Amino acid sequence: MPQRPISPHLSVYRMTRYTLATSIFNRFTGVGLSCGLLLLVYWLMAVAGGPMAQARAQRLLGHPLMRIVYAALIVSFCYHLVAGIRHLVWDTGHGLERAQSQKSAWLVVAVSIALMLAVGWCVFAGAGRAP
Amino acid sequence: MSLRAPLRRVLGAGSAHEGVHHWWAQRLTSVALVPLTAWFAVSLLTLPSFDHATVSAWMHGSATALLLILLVLVGTWHSQLGLRVIVEDYVRGAGARTVTLALLTFLHALLAAAGVLAVLKVALGGAA
Repeated sequence: MPQRPISPHLSVYRMTRYTLATSIFNRFTGVGLSCGLLLLVYWLMAVAGGPMAQARAQRLLGHPLMRIVYAALIVSFCYHLVAGIRHLVWDTGHGLERAQSQKSAWLVVAVSIALMLAVGWCVFAGAGRAP
Repeated sequence: MSLRAPLRRVLGAGSAHEGVHHWWAQRLTSVALVPLTAWFAVSLLTLPSFDHATVSAWMHGSATALLLILLVLVGTWHSQLGLRVIVEDYVRGAGARTVTLALLTFLHALLAAAGVLAVLKVALGGAA
């Protein structure tokens, strides 16, 4: 196989500008959410396994270190949701001009951070209740 | 003379033999996941606790069970579509790529089946 560069290139563009960073972060957060899917199915299976099984799972899910995982999942979910909606808008043929996509990149960052803070506040403010 | 039927060309099925199916499935699942994940997030945040009685009573509702099954199925499908593209982009070598893609597909099928089974078990089981 010819040694062609692999798409998408991570090292040949300026990350600091706009669209590459928002695009690759969408991928990272997508992978994060796939890992979250594992956790979701594990939790559903634990509930199906009865009170004892769920109590065992809850010891793992309720571990303080799991808060890091939940925080990462909240960041991933909020970003992937907002960035995904931007992709759906693009698919209608709108917002593809450079100036527009630059502007929407910042909009995605701003809206998703606001969403992260809101969801994070709901989850971690009622700390006693959080999973 | 081309042996390809005009319809094939119109449908865009090139050498990959599948045309825009992947792209379209990714769009459909992402649209479906917007309300599904929003519902799931709000549900988790409004559950009074995560002990077994509360959670299984919640999952006992038909609407909850239905939406959870959809979330698991559409979520695993979307995840499979997304991870597949990443593997196709970055895993070098046809052998390694094929094996990784096969494993990913099996893993997602397993996740989907296990998730649906778990929800059905709780939803159809005895009184919570």
